[in-house]
Order: sequence, then C-alpha cells, then structure tokens
Amino acid sequence: MDALSWGQIFGRIAWQFWPVWAALILTFAVSVSFKRRLGLYGKLYDSPVGMVGFGLVMFWVFTALFAPVIMTHDPLTQVSGMKNALPGFPQKGAEGAYYLLGGDNLARDVFSRMVAGSVLVIQIAPMATIFAFMVGITLGLPAGYYGGKLDTGLSFLANQILAFPVILLFYLLVTPEIVASGLPQYIGVVLFLFPLIFLIVLINSRLYVKPALRNLLVGLVVVIGGWLYLSLLSSPDTRIDLLPPQADALEIPGNILIVFVSVVFVNAPTVFRIIRGLVLDIKTRDYVAASQTRGEGPWYIMLWEILPNARGPLIVDFCLRIGYTTILLGTLGFFGLGLSPESPDWGSTINAGRRLLSIFVHPALVPALALMSLVLGLNLLADGLREESLKD
Amino acid sequence: MLAFLIRRVLTMVLTALCLTFVVFYLTNLPPNLEKLAKSEASTRMSDADVASWIERNGFGRPMLLRYGEWLGVVPGWTRTEDGVTRGRCIEAGQDPAAAPLRCGVLQGDWGFSTVFKQPVSQIIAERLSATGLLMLWVMIVMVPTSLLIGVLSGMREGSRLDRGLSIFSIASTATPEYVSGVVLIALFASTTTGISPWLAEQGWISGKTLFLGTATSALDSGITFWNFGLPVMTIALYGIGYIARMTRASMTEVMTAQYIRTARLKGVSFGMVVMKHALRNALIAPFTVIMLQFPWLLNGVVIVETLFNYKGFGWTLVQAAGNNDIELLLACSVVAVFVVLMTQLISDIGYVFLNPRIRVS
Amino acid sequence: MTATTDWDPSKPILEIENLSISFFTRLREIPAVMDFSCTVMPGEAMGLVGESGCGKSTVALAVMRYLGKNGRITGGSIRFKGRDLTTMDDEALRQIRGSGIAMIYQEPMASLNPAMRIGAQLAEVPMIHEGIGREAAWKLARQIVADVRLPDPDRILKAYPHQLSGGQQQRIVIAMALMSKPALLILDEPTTALDVTVEAGIVDLVKDLGHKYGTSILFISHNLGLILEVCDRLCVMYSGEAVETGAVARVFDRMRHPYTQALFRSIPLPGADKNTHPLVSIPGNFPLPHERPPGCNFGPRCAYFQAGRCDAQEVPMVLLPGGDRHETRCLRSAEIDWDKPPVAARAVARTPVGEVVLKMTDLRKYYEVSGGLFGGSLKKVVKANETLSFEARAGETLAIVGESGCGKSTFAKVLMGLETATSGRIMLFDQDIQDIPIEKRGTDTVSSVQMVFQNPFDTLNPSMTVGRQIIRALEIFGEGANDAERRDRMLELLDLVKLPRAFADRMPRQLSGGQKQRVGIARAFAGGAKIVVADEPVSALDVSVQAAVTDLLMEIQRKNRTTLLFISHDLSIVRYLSDRVMVMYLGHVVELGTTDQVFSPPYHPYTEALLSAVPIADTRVTKKRIVLEGDIPSAMNPPPGCPFQTRCRWKSQVPGNLCETVMPPIRLLAGDHQIKCHLSDDVLAGMEPVIRIAAQ
Repeated sequence: MDALSWGQIFGRIAWQFWPVWAALILTFAVSVSFKRRLGLYGKLYDSPVGMVGFGLVMFWVFTALFAPVIMTHDPLTQVSGMKNALPGFPQKGAEGAYYLLGGDNLARDVFSRMVAGSVLVIQIAPMATIFAFMVGITLGLPAGYYGGKLDTGLSFLANQILAFPVILLFYLLVTPEIVASGLPQYIGVVLFLFPLIFLIVLINSRLYVKPALRNLLVGLVVVIGGWLYLSLLSSPDTRIDLLPPQADALEIPGNILIVFVSVVFVNAPTVFRIIRGLVLDIKTRDYVAASQTRGEGPWYIMLWEILPNARGPLIVDFCLRIGYTTILLGTLGFFGLGLSPESPDWGSTINAGRRLLSIFVHPALVPALALMSLVLGLNLLADGLREESLKD
Repeated sequence: MLAFLIRRVLTMVLTALCLTFVVFYLTNLPPNLEKLAKSEASTRMSDADVASWIERNGFGRPMLLRYGEWLGVVPGWTRTEDGVTRGRCIEAGQDPAAAPLRCGVLQGDWGFSTVFKQPVSQIIAERLSATGLLMLWVMIVMVPTSLLIGVLSGMREGSRLDRGLSIFSIASTATPEYVSGVVLIALFASTTTGISPWLAEQGWISGKTLFLGTATSALDSGITFWNFGLPVMTIALYGIGYIARMTRASMTEVMTAQYIRTARLKGVSFGMVVMKHALRNALIAPFTVIMLQFPWLLNGVVIVETLFNYKGFGWTLVQAAGNNDIELLLACSVVAVFVVLMTQLISDIGYVFLNPRIRVS
Repeated sequence: MTATTDWDPSKPILEIENLSISFFTRLREIPAVMDFSCTVMPGEAMGLVGESGCGKSTVALAVMRYLGKNGRITGGSIRFKGRDLTTMDDEALRQIRGSGIAMIYQEPMASLNPAMRIGAQLAEVPMIHEGIGREAAWKLARQIVADVRLPDPDRILKAYPHQLSGGQQQRIVIAMALMSKPALLILDEPTTALDVTVEAGIVDLVKDLGHKYGTSILFISHNLGLILEVCDRLCVMYSGEAVETGAVARVFDRMRHPYTQALFRSIPLPGADKNTHPLVSIPGNFPLPHERPPGCNFGPRCAYFQAGRCDAQEVPMVLLPGGDRHETRCLRSAEIDWDKPPVAARAVARTPVGEVVLKMTDLRKYYEVSGGLFGGSLKKVVKANETLSFEARAGETLAIVGESGCGKSTFAKVLMGLETATSGRIMLFDQDIQDIPIEKRGTDTVSSVQMVFQNPFDTLNPSMTVGRQIIRALEIFGEGANDAERRDRMLELLDLVKLPRAFADRMPRQLSGGQKQRVGIARAFAGGAKIVVADEPVSALDVSVQAAVTDLLMEIQRKNRTTLLFISHDLSIVRYLSDRVMVMYLGHVVELGTTDQVFSPPYHPYTEALLSAVPIADTRVTKKRIVLEGDIPSAMNPPPGCPFQTRCRWKSQVPGNLCETVMPPIRLLAGDHQIKCHLSDDVLAGMEPVIRIAAQ
C-alpha cells in the first residue's frame, strides 16, 4: 500500500468527522432560522466573527461528543513499524488502515490522540471555569457590596494568589509529594463547597418570605448537592475517603481531580476581581437603592438585583476564561504535571512531540493547532458576544 | 505621595512574607524532606534512618522556626554530636565559635543548591541575567509593535484595517507559547518542513535552517538573530495580542469620547486628533496592562526557556521544582514574587503620573 | 478664511432647506429629521426646542457634518454663508469647523480633554485656523478667558479640566468656541448639566458675548423658559419635524400649532395651581422613529385631530398671515379657536392637612472622608446636614429645594434608614427612628416610608419583569396571603398608576421613561406608604410627561392622604404642587414656610437668587436679574459664618463682619415663616418681589 497524498489525507479526515459536520449544520440551521427569538445567542448570528468562533467551539464540542466514532485507532495502542510515521502512512498488515496524521515516537496514531485529547479538554475546561465563577461570585459579591475590611482582606488574598507565578503554583500543588499529603484535595474541599453555598443563599435570599417553598428547595440542594459534593471529592485510598464505593456516583481519577482543583484555584481570584469591579459599579444604581429602601436583605440585593445585571460582561469573560483554562491545562500537560504521561491531552502530546521537533514536526504540531483553534474559537466567540451585547 | 508609597511598600513586604512562607511550607512538607534525605544520603535508607537524617540536619524543628532560620531572623540550629558541633551556619571545617549566629536571606545567604552543587545566590544571579537579556529583547519587540497595532486598529473602529488587526491580535492571544513555539519551529527551524528546506535549496541561507530551534548557544557564543529570533518572537507574540487588544479597547473608547468630538469640531484634522488628543489618554490603561503583563511573561519565559533549552531563570525554576531542590526553589519563588510585586508598584506609580486627574488631587 | 468675499451680510448666515437625515442600522433606515427648514440671520439667536428624541441635536450635528458612521443626510441642503455644507469635502469642512461655526455641548466635563491643559486646548484653535504662533495664541486665550468672566485667567490656563468646577468648565468651553470669532455658535443644551444659579450666569454670558462679537446663535434646549431668555426666534420640533417657527414673543403668545399649545399647557407657569388650575398633560407617548403615524406626526395625541384629514396626507409647513415669517405645520391652524381655555380643567378641593406624622429635631449628619488617594491620615468631616428641624403632616406636600451639595439626598437617606443620624431626633408617628438602620426597622415602618427615585432609566431592575418587581415589594411588605392574591394586588397597583395590565409581563427596557417612573411609583405605594420621599421624580422626564407623572402623584396622595416630601431644584414645579417649601443650602435649612411665604418677599437672599435664576416661559413675567457670583462652595470646606455669605448680594447690609463669623440664627417671621439670616427686619421688609406678572 502506498502512502496517501495530502489531498487524500484531508479527504479522509473530513470523512471521519462526518457526525460533527452533520451536528454543526443542524445547529446552525436551527439557530439561524430562530435567531430573532433567541436573545443574545441569536444575535450572535449577526456577527461573522462570533459565528466563526461559535462554529470552532462547537466543532470541538461535537468532536468530543462523537470521539469514539471519529477515532481511527485506539489512542493508547502502539503499532509496530509506525514509530514517527509520516502523515498518511499505511499500517502494515491492516488493509485500508492509515495513520492519517502520522504516528508519534511511541508509534501511536496522532489523529486519534488529538480527537481523544479533545474529550479531556471539553470535559474539564468548562466545568473548571464554572467552579471558578462560583467561587469568584460568592466571594466577589460581598467584597464589592460591603467594601471595608472584608473587601480589603479578600482582595489581599486574591492578590496573593495572583502575584504567584502560575507555573510555580502548579509545580507546588501538583507534584506527587504534595498530592500525597492530600493538600490539593483539602483545597478542593473548600472550593467545591462554594457552589453549594451559592445555591443555598440564592434560594434563601429570595424565598425566605415563602418558608415552605424555601425549605423544600434548600433541602433538595443540600441532599443532591451534598451527595455530588461528597462523591466528587471522595476517592478511595486517599486522604479523603468519605463515601462507601457503592454510593460514590462520580469516579474521577485522582490526578484529574487535582488538575481540576488547581485550575479552579488559579482562575477564581481573577473572577473575584471582575465581579468585585462590576458590583462596585452596579451598586450605585437606583434600583439597588430601591431594594434597600424596601428592606431587602444584602444577599437578595447581591444575587437578584446586582448579579443578573452583570451578566453581559460575565458571559464574555466566561468564554475567554474557558480559553484561558484550556491554555492552563495545556501548560500542565506541557510540563508533565498532574496528568499521566500517556494521557492523550494536547499539552502532554505537545510535550512528548517537542523532543524530535526539528525532524518530525507532526506529533507536536497537530495537537498544537487543535488547541490553538479551540482557544481561538472561544476568543472569537467572546469578541462576537461583546460586540453584539454592546449594540442597542 | 510618600504616605502612599510607604503603605504600598509595607503591603508588598507583607505579601512577600506570606507567599514565601507558603512556598516554604509546601516545599518542606514531610514527603519532600524524605525525598531529600534519600537523594542526599542514600536511596536505600530505612524509614528510621530517614527520620534520624532529617532530625540530624535540622529539618525536624517546627516549621515556623525553620522559616525564621531561612529568613535570618532566628538563630541557625546547632547540634553537637560526638564532640563535633555542626549547624546551619557552620560551614564544613569552620570553627563553630567563629560562625555567624544567623544565616538567612537577610544576611545574604540563600543556601546551597543540591542539584547544581553551587551556592543558590550565584546560580540565581547568573540565570537571572540571562533571562533579563531575553526579556529586554522581548520588550523591545513587543511593546512598540503592540501599541502600534492597538492604536491603528482602535483609531477607526470597524474599518477594514481594524478588522484585520483585531483578528491578528485575537489569534495571537489564542496561541500560548508552547503552541506558537512549536508552530514557529515547524515553520522556520525544521530541516524537513516549513520554509527552511526551500530557502536552503535556493542557497539564501548558509545553515540548514532559517532559525535555530534551540537557544542554548546564545549563552555561550553570544546572541544572534539566528539563535535568539524564535524565543523572542514566541514570547512576544502572546503578549502582543493581549496588549494590542487592551490598547485598541482603550483607543476606541477614547475616540468616542466627547472631547474628541470637541477637537474634531474645532477643526483639528483627524491625524492631529489621534496624535495630540487621543494618544495620551488612550495609553493610560495599556500602561498598567503592560506592567501587569510581567507575571504572564514570567510564565512565557519558563515555557520558552524549557522549549528552546535556554538556561535562564525559568529553566532553573523547572529544574529546581522537578528535582526537589528546596533552597533553589525557594529563592526562585522569592525572585518571582518580587518581580511581580515590583511591577505592580511601578504600574501604580506610573498610572498616577500618566493621569493628571489623579496626580493633582 | 475662505470664500467670505462673495457673501452678502444681509443674507442669512445659515439656511437649512428641506433637510432630511436618517440613521442606518442593520435592520432598517431610521429617519431622524424630515423636511426641516430654518434660517438664521446675522446676529440673530435662533432657538430649537423640543423633547428628547425630536431630532434637534441631530440638526445641530448635521450642520457640523458630524453624524457618525450610521448617520447620513438623505436630502436637502445646509448653506452656511451661501456655501452648501452637505457637499463640502473634508478639508473645506475642517476649515469651517471651529472658525466659521463653533459648537458648545451639554456636558462640559466630557467636552474637555482630561489630559491637556486648558491653555493648550484653547490656543489650539487660532493656531489651526489663523496660523498664529504659540505665544500669540496663549495671549489670545488669556484675553478670552477673562472675557468669559473667569477669575485668575493665568492659573486657569495652566489648570487641567478636572480642577475646575462645572460652571467654570462650561465657561471654558464657551471661550474655546469663541477663540476664532465664529460667525455662528451652536449651543446644544449648554446648561442642562448645571445648577440653576450657575445656569443663570452662563445664559447671561452667552447673551452678552453674542452681542459683543455679533455672533449668530443656534440655541438648542428643551426648556422654553431659557429659549425666551436667549432667543429672538424659535423653531419647535416634534418627532423629527419642525412644527412651528416664528419670532419668540409671537409664538409664545399666539401659538398656532396644537403641539406648541399642549406643551405650554403642560408646564407649570406662575398662576398654575394643583387644585384650581391643574396642568394638562399631553396624552399618549412620543412615537418611536420607525413607528411614526401617517400624516401629522402629532395626530394621535392631538385634541384637534380629524380622522381622514390629518392622517391622510403629509402636512406641509404653511406661512401664517401677519408676516414675521411665522409658519406652522398644521392643516387646521385657521379653524381652531386658539384662545379657548383648556377643557376639563377639573378643579379639586384642597386636601385638608392632618396630624403630624414626621418630626425632625436638630438632625445632623456628618460624614468622615479620607483625603483623596494618598491621604489616609487626613480625615475630613463633611457636614451634609446641619440642625435640620421641621414637621410634616398627613396629606401635605413639603418641597425640599436646593442645588447640588445642599444635603437633600443625605436627608432622604437618613430618613429612609440607609444611614443613621449623627445626632438629633426623627419621630415617625410616635416612634424614634434616627438610630435605627433599615435592617432593624419593622416591616410596617419600612413600608410606610418609601421613595420614588430620580432617574427613570435606573429605578427598575433591567432584568426583571415589571410585575415581578412589584410583586417582590408586596412579598417583602407582607401584603397578600399567597401568590394569586399578590398578583391581583399588583394588577390593581398598575391600574392605580394608569398603566395597562399587560405591562406586568414586560421588561423595563420596553417601557418609556414616564412609564418606568409610574412603575416606580406603584412599587413605592405597594405597602400603603404613608410618607413618600420623591427625589426629583420628574426632572429627568420630558416636559409633556412631567405633568402626567406629577398629576398621578398628586392624585394618589389625595386618595391615600400620603405625606409627600418632594425633593427638587425646579422652583416652577415646586410652586405648582407644594403646600410648604423648605430651602436648603450647604446642609442648612435657610428658609421654611408655606409656598406663598417663600415665593414672596421677604426672602432669604439665596431664595431670592434661586427665584430669579429659574427661567419662566411666559412673556408676561418680568424678573429681577440676580446673578450669583462664583460657584457653590464644597461641603468638605464650607465657608465660616453664614454658609451663603460668599455669594450673598445683601452682605453689605449687615453691620460688621457678622456674616463671615457668626452662623445666623433661625428667625421666626409672621405665620411660622422661618429664615436663617442676619439681615435686619427693616431690610427684609423692604425686599421687592423677584417675579412680577404683568396684568392681563
């Protein structure tokens, strides 16, 4: 069998992605036809930049979703004779099987590893960003609203974390010695508590005038949220092993949890600062004064009067921040921190590929371009959203 | 002004103390110490031996006390065993009585690197100057380019020039150093791909590649375009996008301000409005951003130095962290934190001077 | 200057003919100005008047050819000294801007470059247009700064904009416009952002300088009173069209367009009274630019509307008989009996005033502020309220009048419990509340004292439906037993403020300013408020809407016997609706009495100046001109003695340096009329009224 030409390679890759194309076309067709009724999301389709960005992002989301169908090989299997194979190289002994984008230095399929890598990123980055927002919001709201000592203290803490070079922080948090001491998990215990607190306060501040409904909802949050909280944190054979295995719904590999925690930890202070700034601006509005004069509690004002009106900048920042989180995940992989060495995530793959970079470019270049296109998509999406939300 | 400075410096010192303590704490956790004992003495020590090694070398004392020792505010430990007095501040063969009481950062003693087998202060000084050189070039490339891009695109919002430059700067912020480094090497420094093989075929470049894929030689045989071009471009690229975006945002905001309309309706030409009225106001915000960019650059430096194998500060940090070199890592963090805090201070002061509204009040 | 030679000074300076301007958005073309014509003769002051969104500022910017990316002139011509500006190239335009036509804007602070010294900004103009050197330009700048009556020109030239007060900044903007002696000066609401007493000074200055330099003026304002003071001719605009134009006195006395008439009937002129001569508000809303009705734009709101005629065709401008270029855009101008008094002037009986519900005694509120960014050690005390004492009774309207910094907002905050008083007592019914912050007040106390806010665009939470916001207030006040009851109650409240029930499910951004303000009122009355603090509730609204909202407040007050504390700087509206008036200056109550007592002599010197400063849109009124020198002192650094002594024109009548050293005591004049002043009884008795209305 001969090696494929570049045209054939791209043709085959495009064919492999068929479920993604179908899903993308469906999404765009439905959205464009209802765009006037979809609010800010619909307006996105008026901005070419935003549309391209959204397209790129959704491409990777769907890729992660349909990854098992798209992959041509198992991302971890090494095939003899395929070490550093060039793109389009046929696999010996298997008819019609090619390494579409070549093989890496351990003879694994670069294309399939790239697709598998997207699954990790799409799983971790948005979730980590949501958690970082929960922490930032829960702390930033009171800091901005009350000001004074609380603000000084929290801002000082946030600045401490921000003054810390991210890489140093990662090295300190993710090295095996420190993981063994359980510290990242303890940080997780604190950080993951915030979404729970956030939800309970959110419900209570609004519904304390209707105690029956309030009790029901708060109860539900405590039970379901608490169970999720415990199963997220607890993993067997670590310092925190709280739930019996039967009740542990989410089994997250220990090292992923630690990566997750450290990314949330790094992002939260920036979100905190953004929220604080927005609150300082919005709290001078008359509708805030109006709710004060009718005797609303401070948390109602923060969560129901101020927060919803800060959503524009927050949505934009959310998109940017997912991109930044993706970059951070890549950085962790690039330094071989946290994730296991054979993990197909993009950062680790770039790290593995860079050793032979001046001779074999493809093992590092493919994940690099993949990462770049996702982050670019998120940034373009954020830019489109910002522009559209500024109009009218 | 003076009161402001004093307050600012005090906060800085407090921050530095907190952060170094955190680093000290994390690097001196028991697992790290055990690892240190094994690497220093013998890898096949029993647990009891490890414990006694730790005890004998002063690592068994309370954390806070040892932090004080490291800082140089608490007297160093001494221990007399079999008639020989050893201690933190007593060098091998030195008379214990002649040794100083305290030896820590405040006394200028940063300790000894277990990886490089050199005094930490010496390593840091060398490596920092190498990185300084890199940063200098990055700044020279990055700041003017990004400001120019930002001003040009923010000057006429929505124009074709603005669209083009904006896409470029968004793309460059979306490209972290480890990606752009790989792409740039593939393009310019690979013998098999990119433009280098073609250029070599044409006989336009003497070597095999346009740029060199590593910067190691820059330290030995001096900086050349050939060995320094790619690392500088890689770091600068990420920053350019970010600063240009900030400058653009600030510039577009200024250009829609009423005083710009006033100036235009006074009959000032567009070029003059940009140069005389808009520029200064528009550069106030990016200035802060550029200064706050330093911590980010530090990140970039670590990545790029690792990627291009340039033995500077970032490379040292990675080595220290990867090899559990406690004192070197501590020193690295002190330097990093210091750089970050200094830039924050400079950005605050500079902001005040650039902005007459704050200066006079 | 170019092309001035072939222009005849007896011809108009500015001739706008059939001008149409549109803004283009992604979805549609939005016409902003249609078929607009107007002529300004040399030395003439032309007024453009209309409500917000009527296109008056767009006309001004079109004259400057500065419409932004989306705006375009779609028809007609603008001739300045005979040359058509609409077809002029950029370079020729640049030469006319600043030297031929200069413009002055609404926000002085925003119009000056914050990072450039005043002198440099002024000197730039002649350096561009006349090519003179830097030295000469600065010298000229110094002279003009002296011309706009600013003290210490040398210091001002070296200052940055933020170091000057609002009034000083606006004088600088005027100076900048005059630097190249333009033939036409465009003023776009030049005093809207300023206090009344400062406004009076600026208006005086503009008039004098206009005469001195022989400049023609295009004066844009929503305030008819100001137009009367400044202009010779005026043009009334409505929804993108000129509806009536003519000499000021003639249009004011013999208006021939229903909109102009309705506008005059909706503003509180002297003689209007809430009980006997209530204002007549214009029904309906201003049409959105893309939802204009066919035919006459004012048709749907017009009392003289005839279906099939007014909405059948575009209405042209017609010249009225009687000369003097008086034109109107009304088909029925000859048929309408213009002198017929307004219909349905339903007189209402005066509400009797009841028992005391609120009593303040010696209330003080001091703030501590740190001195700026670098301070910290320097703590300053701002005395926001000093020895405030008064009573308010059930069913009464007490107006609190004063300019910025007088402490009226602080007073409201203390009453509401957002701040606690430094000393003194507040008795609400029979309860002391001065030390109880709002969190500690009972639901009854909170719901009985409510507030209506100033800015309609800020008063509602933009991301919650109107109904939801009112229901929330009901929930908090413990009204209604369940959701259904509260919803009914909310709908009733919408009825009360005369909003359609369908508005319950709308978002605030779908409402006009007046409608939002009505929702704000409904929300305030949700818990059956006994005392309502209305903080400038109508000052941000258009003139035609103000009357309706004011009437609504009065009506609810009558129904509920509410005590209304009406905070305002606008003396016209205060005179119209209040029973008693309290005048504040720098935290002090300087005068307190019934409306008649305060509006007629003897006055406190500050009240006198305030009365004189308020422009009145009535040709029969003659006012004594009293222009106060300088600006309001900062509350951080009040003058010693009497707070008003730095600007008082009566100071020489007080022996010795009493005014500079001793705080005047509160003096009781006839009928519980209080004045805080050192002037002797003789001098006070000898004061003349500021406003005289010529006999009809």
